[in-house]
Amino acid sequence: MKTLTVSVVTPNGPVLEDEYEMVVCRAESGEIGIMPHHIPIVAPLSIAAVRLKKGNGEDKLAVNGGIMEVSSNKVSILAQSAEKPSDIDVERAREAKERAERRLQSSQDNIDKLRAELALQRAINRLDVSSK
Amino acid sequence: MASLRDIKARIDSTKKTKQITGAMELVSASKMNKAEQNAKGYVPYSEKMQEVVANIAKGTDASHPMLETREVKKTAYLVITSDRGLVGGYNSHVLKLLQNTISERHNSPDEYTVIVIGRKGFDYCRKRNIPVSNSIIGVADHPQFADIKDIAKATVQMFTDEEIDELNIIYNHYVSAISQVPTMNKLLPIEDLQGQGGITGQYEYEPSEEQILKVLLPLYAESLIFGALLDGKASEHAASMTAMRSATDNANDLIGELTLSYNRARQAQITQQIAEIAGGAAALE
Repeated sequence: MKTLTVSVVTPNGPVLEDEYEMVVCRAESGEIGIMPHHIPIVAPLSIAAVRLKKGNGEDKLAVNGGIMEVSSNKVSILAQSAEKPSDIDVERAREAKERAERRLQSSQDNIDKLRAELALQRAINRLDVSSK
Repeated sequence: MASLRDIKARIDSTKKTKQITGAMELVSASKMNKAEQNAKGYVPYSEKMQEVVANIAKGTDASHPMLETREVKKTAYLVITSDRGLVGGYNSHVLKLLQNTISERHNSPDEYTVIVIGRKGFDYCRKRNIPVSNSIIGVADHPQFADIKDIAKATVQMFTDEEIDELNIIYNHYVSAISQVPTMNKLLPIEDLQGQGGITGQYEYEPSEEQILKVLLPLYAESLIFGALLDGKASEHAASMTAMRSATDNANDLIGELTLSYNRARQAQITQQIAEIAGGAAALE
């Protein structure tokens, strides 16, 4: 089976570098699946899980936005944060989710709302990734 | 000559100071190691980012305000200093570079503005009436990206809004534990991207080139700011370590000298006492 190299780097250091058979992630324009020898592509990612397939198994990463770049059979994901399910603090994510929900319900000015919405997305994404 | 008791007191107080500076040296050394690791851990991200940006900028004709040089009416300087003193020449080197650059390039305070990270720089600018448009004080020793995200974003926004036409960053570049070089880099507009990055390839853009650049370039600028901050922090701890080491060394020298003069004074006193006793005995005979 052909593979492609995936490397995920964040400002706090590399998170993952390994060979996979397929990468599925959600770009801002929709879900994209990358298979080996994909043509070079650049796409901004939305806050969502990145699924990495190898054999019968599947790894997941909670990626917080960023950019994906594919060139010469290598996928690079640059994100402000990216976490493996084992690194996710579920308790904290749950708290963040509740906090964001509360903030969204209390109607305040717009900037706050946008931030709360993003925080909510991140929290949901983390919980989602850690639960499976 | 000072009395025995005075000298003794000075020796004691110097010893205490030495203990403190010695402890601070150790603390700074361990912080420096951590900061150096942080800075190193960040390198893959910034390199990758640079590679991607360079690749895209090379293959594209799409324009973006951050790539365009426009007439410079107002220049911004982002200065990275420390929050506390006891770091040797760390702050003064950076601030001197800032002051020199400003007096060289600008005639009136309308032409520039300063964005400061760190209390020392903030106080410096306030005392000298240098316009400060944004500042952040109390950055952690091992900063997270989130700590400076707001200021980085705001700064990049200032450029996009054409409030400023050029952004320079001034910080201490960490070379090694004993050498830090004050450095000034031009951050915006983004220049000199050509010629960097290994792979040349035409990319497919999803959804479009403009969209990508809109997301990527601010991210890139922010990442450069964060990289400089990490570099600066490593320098700060290194400078602090060196300063504390030389303070400890000085204390050691001083203690040596004081002990010598203490012993001399003690011997002189004993000699005098013997002479007095001998003189007294001679007078009785």
